[in-house]
Amino acid sequence: MTRVTRFAGRDPGPTARVAGFIAHLRDNGLRLGVAEADTALNALNAISAIHPNDCRRALRAVCTGCKDEADRFDDLFDSYWMDAGRVKQKVIPTLSSKINDDVHSSNDAKGKDAGASGLATAPDDGDGGEVDSDGTGKLIATDLRNLNRKDLRDLVRADEISAAENVARRLGVALRDKRSRRRIAARKGDRLHFRKTIRHSLSTGGEPVRLLRKRRPDRTRKIVALCDVSGSMSIYAQVFLSFLAGLMRADMQADAYLFHTRLVRITEALRDKDAMRAIGRMSLMADGFGGGSKIGPSLGRFADTYAKRFVDGRSVVMILSDGYDTADPQILSDALAKLRKRGCKVIWLNPLKGWADYGPIASGMAAALPHLDLFKAANTLDDLAALEKDLVTL
Amino acid sequence: MTWTDLQTALGGQGYVASDDLAVSLQLTLSLGRPLLLEGAAGVGKTEVARTLAAARDTRLIRLQCYEGLDAAQAIYEWNYQRQLLTIRAAAEDGETGKTVEDRIFSRDFLLERPLLAAITQDEPPVLLIDEIDRADEEFEAYLLEILSDYQISVPELGTITATSKPIVILTSNGTRDLSDALRRRCLYTYVNYPDRHTELAILKARCPEVDTQLAQQIIGFVQKLREEELEKVPGVAEMLDFAAALMGLGIADLTESPAVLQSTLTTLLKTQSDQAQVTTEVAQRIAGKAA
Repeated sequence: MTRVTRFAGRDPGPTARVAGFIAHLRDNGLRLGVAEADTALNALNAISAIHPNDCRRALRAVCTGCKDEADRFDDLFDSYWMDAGRVKQKVIPTLSSKINDDVHSSNDAKGKDAGASGLATAPDDGDGGEVDSDGTGKLIATDLRNLNRKDLRDLVRADEISAAENVARRLGVALRDKRSRRRIAARKGDRLHFRKTIRHSLSTGGEPVRLLRKRRPDRTRKIVALCDVSGSMSIYAQVFLSFLAGLMRADMQADAYLFHTRLVRITEALRDKDAMRAIGRMSLMADGFGGGSKIGPSLGRFADTYAKRFVDGRSVVMILSDGYDTADPQILSDALAKLRKRGCKVIWLNPLKGWADYGPIASGMAAALPHLDLFKAANTLDDLAALEKDLVTL
Repeated sequence: MTWTDLQTALGGQGYVASDDLAVSLQLTLSLGRPLLLEGAAGVGKTEVARTLAAARDTRLIRLQCYEGLDAAQAIYEWNYQRQLLTIRAAAEDGETGKTVEDRIFSRDFLLERPLLAAITQDEPPVLLIDEIDRADEEFEAYLLEILSDYQISVPELGTITATSKPIVILTSNGTRDLSDALRRRCLYTYVNYPDRHTELAILKARCPEVDTQLAQQIIGFVQKLREEELEKVPGVAEMLDFAAALMGLGIADLTESPAVLQSTLTTLLKTQSDQAQVTTEVAQRIAGKAA
């Protein structure tokens, strides 16, 4: 019994089906243009694909661009081509008012209506209920995974994202590191680049006609933000999530993760051109939002996997969490020590620290303290903006 | 040529390519698109290019990327010393300025660097751009231009267009995210650590003298070791070193001598904490499971 999808009889042929498949991928967040559809058809011709698995491999090579996409590709392929023999009614996607990834919109970060378009990338099953699942905002760490999927778009407003974008941009500037000793050639520099000047003077018979200059390069620090979205943090989620969204839009090098009982990388999702849809995609990934918190294991996993690729001596790891951990504090301590070994700076922003008589007595927080370069309060966007001074001296 | 033929051809050169990789390579050849390979260190990304060049009997031109790589090292540079000597000599002979100028800005005085060399070959070579993620983003943008047009403009000479389109393979370890523009231009394949069956085939191809029982044990051991929490997971090259070390010491069974096994682990574990973590007991446990 074949699992291959049967297409409707009036369907216009393989070209349209492949185009339909590309549209299907696009709806699911892969960034593909017209050129890819063309390449995909050429690719299928080139390997004279007869066997489904050959097609799968060829299309995967053409349509994916990073590991995450490659991992998701199999499911997307199956859902389109291997529909267990069910008839697919319509192959060509009709032109609709859907927001397209490849279309630049002028109301980019403020697009108010974009979020509600019911795309495949945006969940519609969010119950729209209250954010605060603990009711009174009790600060108790739970180790249950909250399986209710919250739609984060209910939490974050578009104008907040653009405000956060400004804050994030300023923080990025504050973090710019000018410590490099090695000067590099530059058009406007503070010193003469003797080696280059002499070299160039050869072409003018030894006369240094053009003086070339060099300067210390700006070494941008990369911000890696890890945001705790467990139940105890849910009242602060609004600020932090809009900050993350703003950060990703302001700084193309930044990297963002969410964690509760698991760790998810949300960098790709947040880079979506449409700010609200980015939040929508993020909430799909942050399955279990508002549940328990396992800070130590999440950071440990981060140190073991992503940190190896993305964290180096020029990174600043920013942890946004209240430090209420259900796991052994030793795990958290080890994870942070491991992270520090990569040469990065670690900043912990704790919303509770703003309280009048706060002391880091939660066992997780106490274990983390010795490893931190900066431990600050942050409840609101203004607090985050005020960090600028501290970051300059870091 | 179908992709299975290509796979066989690569196999003939001692490279066991997975089906995914073979299809991507075949598409690279037939569509003339660059291929971007990502994956952990030591899964054989660089080796693909080398083997492909050998299998097609063409030249391999390699550009190793690093931070600060610039056009002079990647594309072309004028041979200043030679130009200077020529000017001196011309002055003594009383040659006029114009003719000297024409002469010193000709192809003879151009030092070819890998990218220029790759597009001026008679036969299409394999161009390996290794660890592209180490190069700066500016260089990436420059590379894009060359990869889309296959031509290089030298202000003094004019535009040099490709005499043959090279087969381009880019590799990346993922130390930074590559730009979307570059990813879009390339076909993409993520190379994983080989599974037990494939890795056994690799070992057989590279070290035919290892007997089957030991080979099984070696692969089992390395595969189990990869599941441990290590800082630096051993790759295929390390596995081959390990096998060679065991062969050199004349070991026929991994569980035979704990001390010898422990000393050969230096070929697999490359950091101090990994070596401290895999103690003799741990190694024996893994070897016991693998056997």
